[in-house]
Amino acid sequence: MACIDMREVAHSYLPKTQKLEQYALKRIHMTWKDGGAYALLGPSGCGKTTMLNLISGLLKPSQGQVLYNGSDVTGLPPEKRNIAQVFQFPVLYDTMSVAENLAFPLRNRAVPPDRIRQRVAEVADMLDLTPVLHRKAAGLSADAKQKISLGRGLVRSDVAAILFDEPLTVIDPHLKWQLRRKLKEIQERFHTTMIYVTHDQVEAMTFAEQIVVMYEGEVVQVGTPEELFEKPGHKFVGYFIGSPGMNFLPCRVRGNVAEVDGVAVRLDDRTADLAAKARGTLELGIRPMYLEVNLEAVEGALPADVKTVEDQGSCKIVTLSLGGHILRARLPEEQRPPHQKAWLRFPPEWTRLFADGRLVG
Amino acid sequence: MVLVLQSVDKIVRREVHLKDVQLEFAPGSRHVILGRTLAGKTSLLRIMAGLDRPSCGRILVDDRDVTGVTVRKRSVAMVYQQFINYPSLTVFDNIASPLKLAGLSKSEIDRRVRETAAILHIDNLLDRLPAELSGGQQQRTAIARALVKETQLLLLDEPLVNLDYKLREELRTELQQIFERRSAVVVYTTTEPAEALMLGGNIVVMDEGRILQAGPTPEVYRHPATMRVAEIFSDPPINFIKGRVHDKQAQLGEAIRLPLNGHMAQLSSGPYIFGVRCNHLFLKSTSPNDVAVQVMVELCEINGSETFIHIDYENTRLVVQDDGVHQLKIGRGITVYVNPCHFFVYDPEGKLVTSPDQTCYTGT
Repeated sequence: MACIDMREVAHSYLPKTQKLEQYALKRIHMTWKDGGAYALLGPSGCGKTTMLNLISGLLKPSQGQVLYNGSDVTGLPPEKRNIAQVFQFPVLYDTMSVAENLAFPLRNRAVPPDRIRQRVAEVADMLDLTPVLHRKAAGLSADAKQKISLGRGLVRSDVAAILFDEPLTVIDPHLKWQLRRKLKEIQERFHTTMIYVTHDQVEAMTFAEQIVVMYEGEVVQVGTPEELFEKPGHKFVGYFIGSPGMNFLPCRVRGNVAEVDGVAVRLDDRTADLAAKARGTLELGIRPMYLEVNLEAVEGALPADVKTVEDQGSCKIVTLSLGGHILRARLPEEQRPPHQKAWLRFPPEWTRLFADGRLVG
Repeated sequence: MVLVLQSVDKIVRREVHLKDVQLEFAPGSRHVILGRTLAGKTSLLRIMAGLDRPSCGRILVDDRDVTGVTVRKRSVAMVYQQFINYPSLTVFDNIASPLKLAGLSKSEIDRRVRETAAILHIDNLLDRLPAELSGGQQQRTAIARALVKETQLLLLDEPLVNLDYKLREELRTELQQIFERRSAVVVYTTTEPAEALMLGGNIVVMDEGRILQAGPTPEVYRHPATMRVAEIFSDPPINFIKGRVHDKQAQLGEAIRLPLNGHMAQLSSGPYIFGVRCNHLFLKSTSPNDVAVQVMVELCEINGSETFIHIDYENTRLVVQDDGVHQLKIGRGITVYVNPCHFFVYDPEGKLVTSPDQTCYTGT
């Protein structure tokens, strides 16, 4: 297993790149710790697959170095880096049995047959593949095939890291749960370095200890699921994580009060202090689940018009208009939703302030 | 228009794709067809469109039999999972193609293409070719082409499945607004319970080519008629625990005992299966009626705003979905709480016996 360092890595698909915007990946400097469970999260085109291909060696960066346990592998192809990969669509030898598929990476490395048999049995057991071990891979379901792809990474006890590129795309929702759970169990037991690329926040957050959020070729935040949810460092993270995303309201700050189109929202002292020093365009941010919705006027609450109420089973989404801005609130299943009018409170402990898109407090 | 499917079967090489489908779609109504992969959703849409003929049964439009009428002679538009556009035509010509076929005047075509493109926010891309667009823009183009015709029937087959998570959220909200302004019957298929709930309207739950249950979406969600419907219409999966009713109480496994109150008051003695959704199991007691259950932690998945805790109760695997972030060690014993009013009760054949009352959700 390996610790992977990326030093000032930048990549462009164009032969001669002059401008920063032309880079698919813009000067990334970060470390993937040995045994870590990481997710690379972002919309399509943000550079996450480019990042993964630079780690695996499918791509050579235009600039910078990639180090595995301190040694430079920048010029080495994937097979020399001892990396296992699981792709969007299962890539298997269809005519071989499950056991032969699992044994393949070891045969290639001339591991003794006894040892191969033992490893294959262990891995099959771990992935619940023992009952189908002698069946041809071709006839199996998509989730079984993805488990075999994963198993081919796990049989090699010396594998540097396992990389996943949207591995659950072709899997039905109810099986995604089972597969994700399996993956997490294995990660917790063996501490293999795993990097998991996805555009699905639920997949990223449930799998990873650390999430690397990417946007337009840059890493905008690295953090635990909790940090990304409660303290998004960038407006993009606030919008991208959470469903619906964070609400944003342009504002002006005067003392302890943020003014949104003439209506006043109180800030806590810490945020107000930071706001006094902040420059640029200021915006308030609040998560839909923290926006307090009252059915009648209460102290410090702002009146808003109710646009729609959607019953989503385990919660209700209320769309509101406040001083010409649209806000969304998420109410628990048992809370009675408002009609026509609602009174909103912004709890200071959950109200964040952003300056030019970056979190100030 | 009113669209009726009467006893529709579709058999392909002795394989049942659809069996005994009875449905009626009222004018201007919106329907979501929910089912897992291979449930028959696409087969059903193709028959509704007139792309395929049913093996048995009839299709009626406003009481007129159209079973044998080809798709070209019906007022229908369809959007597919894959982004399907004419690769050599610009976005403008892609959207205009059905209107050109219909022989509309140039100025009318121009007006309608620009209007529809504006609704879908692609009016600045009209000169581009599909290959020069992102996935989301390509699907917007395909949707615009389906909308521009103003057909009486609009079919969408998992239209957002190949798009980014956030893009999906955006387009879904927009589509809802677009549907509201139309008088067409809209039918939309999905595998995801959350998407079905967000779209609202009516739902048809399908499995293995059959219709399991149909009705207003929140109604079906709160009263799934069979265990299979409850499974298909729950994400994370619903928890089931085997139990029985005896001596005026319900016993779930060995340890859980519930008084026969509220919706369970009328249960007669015998074996049952008790179902409870993950968001109704809690780590803290929330009501004086709660029952405490000793379980073991198998896994914790943190999803920012909430945590999914996989637990073991007497060798049954259950999932708790609780607000906030909880780090719990694997193998640790914990107590979870459940209010008995949240249990669905099924008979051994999997048919619903009783479901939670409305009062259970409003907390009164």
